[in-house]
Amino acid sequence: MRSINAGDFLYLLTAMRWTIMLSVIAFIGGGIVGAAIALMRVSSRRWLRWVAVGYIQIFQGTPLLLQLFLVFFGSDMLGVPLPPWFAASLGLSLNAGAFLGEIWRGSIQAVPRSQREAATALGLHYFTMMRKIIVPQAMRIATAPTVGFLVNLVKATSLAAIIGFIELTRAGQLINNATFHPFTIFSTVAVLYFLLCWPLTIASRKLEQRMAVAYNR
Amino acid sequence: MGYNFHFIDVWHARDELLDGAWLTIRLSAVSMVLSLLVAVIGAFGRTSGPKWVQRLIAAYVEFIRNTPFLVQVFVIFFGLPGIGIRLEANTGALIAMVLNGSAYTIEIVRAGIEAISHGQVEAAFALGLHRVQVFRKVVLPQALRAVFAPLGSQFILLMLNSSIVSVISADELTAAAQDIQSRTFRSFEVYIITIGIYLVLSLSFSGVFALLNRIFFPRLEAR
Repeated sequence: MRSINAGDFLYLLTAMRWTIMLSVIAFIGGGIVGAAIALMRVSSRRWLRWVAVGYIQIFQGTPLLLQLFLVFFGSDMLGVPLPPWFAASLGLSLNAGAFLGEIWRGSIQAVPRSQREAATALGLHYFTMMRKIIVPQAMRIATAPTVGFLVNLVKATSLAAIIGFIELTRAGQLINNATFHPFTIFSTVAVLYFLLCWPLTIASRKLEQRMAVAYNR
Repeated sequence: MGYNFHFIDVWHARDELLDGAWLTIRLSAVSMVLSLLVAVIGAFGRTSGPKWVQRLIAAYVEFIRNTPFLVQVFVIFFGLPGIGIRLEANTGALIAMVLNGSAYTIEIVRAGIEAISHGQVEAAFALGLHRVQVFRKVVLPQALRAVFAPLGSQFILLMLNSSIVSVISADELTAAAQDIQSRTFRSFEVYIITIGIYLVLSLSFSGVFALLNRIFFPRLEAR
């Protein structure tokens, strides 16, 4: 056993970039899945809505940790072993898609109905209407809750540590195994997460207040 | 792919899974009740306590909500023994869940309290009620009615988060699943079944919450 030194803190700081990287990948992946889910959820075809509802129910109604286990250990077993970083990215993206899909559905539905009717009256095709009329307005509404969800996503990446991907939490565990100063190390890890998440929380709150002002005018 | 599924090994271990599920239910239910108690006291302090109490509670809520539950579990379970507090796995799990859950519920209950019109509070004071009486008899029931739905979703998230305490080998559902997995190597089968059990649990909890909502807060117009 050795004592903690400056190198350990440096190691934690460099491990932070993997947390950030994983968050970015999961946000992009989750964004793609989420957009599809949101569009399916507001579709006029009933079976598409049902598939989306089922997807959301399964991913929001079960623990993320088990979803990661299923992707990581399950893929290995089915003969297509995935490296931890890929399994974590895939699992987090599928999970984030369910939450983002639900946030974005709410935002799309918050756009006044008359906008949709007017677009249809002008003879716009579905995709043109979505792209030019609905989505730009929905995006303004969605910004604050989406940034708020990013906080959850950054925190969720810590679970990748359990399937062995070396990000901030796993780096903390590795240093702890060598030095055994759990209180100092995990408190530091917590503070580093806080430094990542808190600015996002503040930004989300500011955006929310700005929206509230815009709506009360 | 030519892979044959073997659910029989999971079937043989069904008692272990059910025991795990039962512990998950108990752990979740107890931490929900305790979180709500802490949240009611915390939200009272956060809205009408002295300035330093308000700041302290706000800081607590902010710190817990902006750090991962897994790291909180590590600090509590591995960190506290380092400063002389030793915990048994299930106790550590419960403490972590209550500390985490109450931070989120304080915010929800506070939002409910702040949504109550000021006239209600003024009227209660005018009737000669004491500060605590006003909170308990006028503010709290209305606040809880207003936030019952988000409270329920938060509690389901708390139940799902309980899977994370498996890392400190509290023997709840996820830990049981990992145990079976390491013995049988049937990871896909074990985890898919376990996910199914969690889905049933979260649907059941939301059913129970809907029922409680109807019992405690019957619709006003229905009378």
